[in-house]
Amino acid sequence: MARSAGAAAVVNAAIIDRPVRIAGQWRQSWARLRRHPPALVALALLGLIVLLALLVPLVSPYDYATPDWDELYQPPGYAHWLGTDGLGRDLLVRVMWGCRISLLVGIAASLVSVLIGVLWGATAGYAGGITDSAMMRIVDILYTVPFIPLVIVLTVLFGRSFLLVFVAIGAVSWLDIARIVRGQTLSLKQREFIDAARALGLSNTTMIVRHIVPNLLGIVIIYATLTVPTVILFEAFLSFLGLGVHAPLASLGTLISDGAKHMKSHPYLLTIPAVFLTLIVCSFSYLGDGLRDALDPRQRR
Amino acid sequence: MLAIPTMLVIATLAFGLLHATPGGPFDTAKRMPPEIQRSIEAKYHLDEPLWRQYLRYLGDLAHGDLGPSFQYRNTSVNELIRSGLPVDAVIGSLALLAAMLVGGFVGTVAALRRSRFFDYGPMFLAVLGISIPVFVTGPLLILVFAVQLHWLPSGDWRGGEVRYLLLPVAALALPYIAYIARMTRGAAIEVFASPFILTARAKGLPARTLILRHALRPVLMPLVSFLGPAFASVLTGSIVIESVFGLPGIGKYFLTGAINRDYTLVVGITVLYGALIIAFNLLADLCYAWLDPRVRLQS
Repeated sequence: MARSAGAAAVVNAAIIDRPVRIAGQWRQSWARLRRHPPALVALALLGLIVLLALLVPLVSPYDYATPDWDELYQPPGYAHWLGTDGLGRDLLVRVMWGCRISLLVGIAASLVSVLIGVLWGATAGYAGGITDSAMMRIVDILYTVPFIPLVIVLTVLFGRSFLLVFVAIGAVSWLDIARIVRGQTLSLKQREFIDAARALGLSNTTMIVRHIVPNLLGIVIIYATLTVPTVILFEAFLSFLGLGVHAPLASLGTLISDGAKHMKSHPYLLTIPAVFLTLIVCSFSYLGDGLRDALDPRQRR
Repeated sequence: MLAIPTMLVIATLAFGLLHATPGGPFDTAKRMPPEIQRSIEAKYHLDEPLWRQYLRYLGDLAHGDLGPSFQYRNTSVNELIRSGLPVDAVIGSLALLAAMLVGGFVGTVAALRRSRFFDYGPMFLAVLGISIPVFVTGPLLILVFAVQLHWLPSGDWRGGEVRYLLLPVAALALPYIAYIARMTRGAAIEVFASPFILTARAKGLPARTLILRHALRPVLMPLVSFLGPAFASVLTGSIVIESVFGLPGIGKYFLTGAINRDYTLVVGITVLYGALIIAFNLLADLCYAWLDPRVRLQS
């Protein structure tokens, strides 16, 4: 054992002494991602949508709230590229605001859920024993709680606040991440570098924050990316039921819900926001798949 | 055996949330004389301390009684659920059945035709199917089949006539068809590559026997474990379907109950959802053990 460790040290020293640039983990992952065209297309598409969502409201002469009674239900054309809605508001501007809100909710709520999930899972996995079983039992129980009805109740009771939607969705979707992170932590715990760190006398907090969590980063990024679309769909679902953001602001779900009411006479009011929602959700799914291949090559299918 | 504590958690959460919020079910715009207000509150036990209401509720719940509805006078929550649940049961089970048949078939064929047109095409559609939410496909189906083509009615229930069932079931089933197709494809590719299939093929078994006798069971495994959670999301999906197609299911009662602060109705339906989800997870576990001897023999 001691001899092989010594040999490894010699090999390491030889590698480090050589003046070659060792491809870092992230550089390798990026190289793998670049070989995955759908993910790249998805990334470009998302970048484009984010850019448009930020720029269009600045550049366009119209705003999302002011009605224009002379321009009701204009079909897509030169003055209004995507047409106008029943109050004469420019659909392009409203859809871009919708993208902003949907993306904001999606990303912010995913961050909340990732934070809770990682801390919960890493603590359970690292502590092990009774703490682990108790914490995971709680996750098991929460899995069977019908959360969507509960969130509907919450939004109705506490009023439709933006913050509540974030917190509610984030608090609901951390369970998967907690499970995955726990499993990963359990296997990390067996590795030599953790023994080494323990031998150095590090505290538990330092161990979790400095040595466990960074090694979980890859898998967490994958699942965060895959959580964003489900959150966006969930927010759209709430908005569709009329429980989302307040008018005149509208998320993509609100726009789809409004569009569905007028689809018999003006189908573009339904289809255009639906296309943007689908593009965003699809892109995140493809990007997540690509990231899975790039960051976690062992799981490659 | 987690079922009982889970139910307790669900009931407590739902009960606690509703009572923690300001505003009661009888805070209407027109003010009632205080005596009438008091007598109504006494009738529904709203004048008792909270812990008594809670214990009373749990006691009734243990007997399967979800209490009276606050909003629909002289109607119990049980009666409302009894009138709404059949609608959801019909569209939900039909949708899952359709999803398993269509999704399983498409997934298997895609795995057999791997990396060819009949693989890529359906798998792209599957990603679309997962990404497009039910509240988009529902209105789109209405737009195409009811408004443009006039083939099918755009909504309503009419006692579950087939013509009225087709669109809601299709809209509800689409995402599950997509999920199941993807899952089946993944499982089938893995199974077809495994040694025992190679052995069977080396014995010279015809393709049909190979698939039905040897490959089908392991391909079904992940599907079975998916069905538990799928059932839960079918329940919430049917809330949307009901509002899109105007169906008289429990989702409609749930939404109106939540808006009107109908405590007992909302808590009752949430508890029912929880119970159904638990029951289905249990059923899925049992099926899993029945299909997979490794699980069965372990315990």
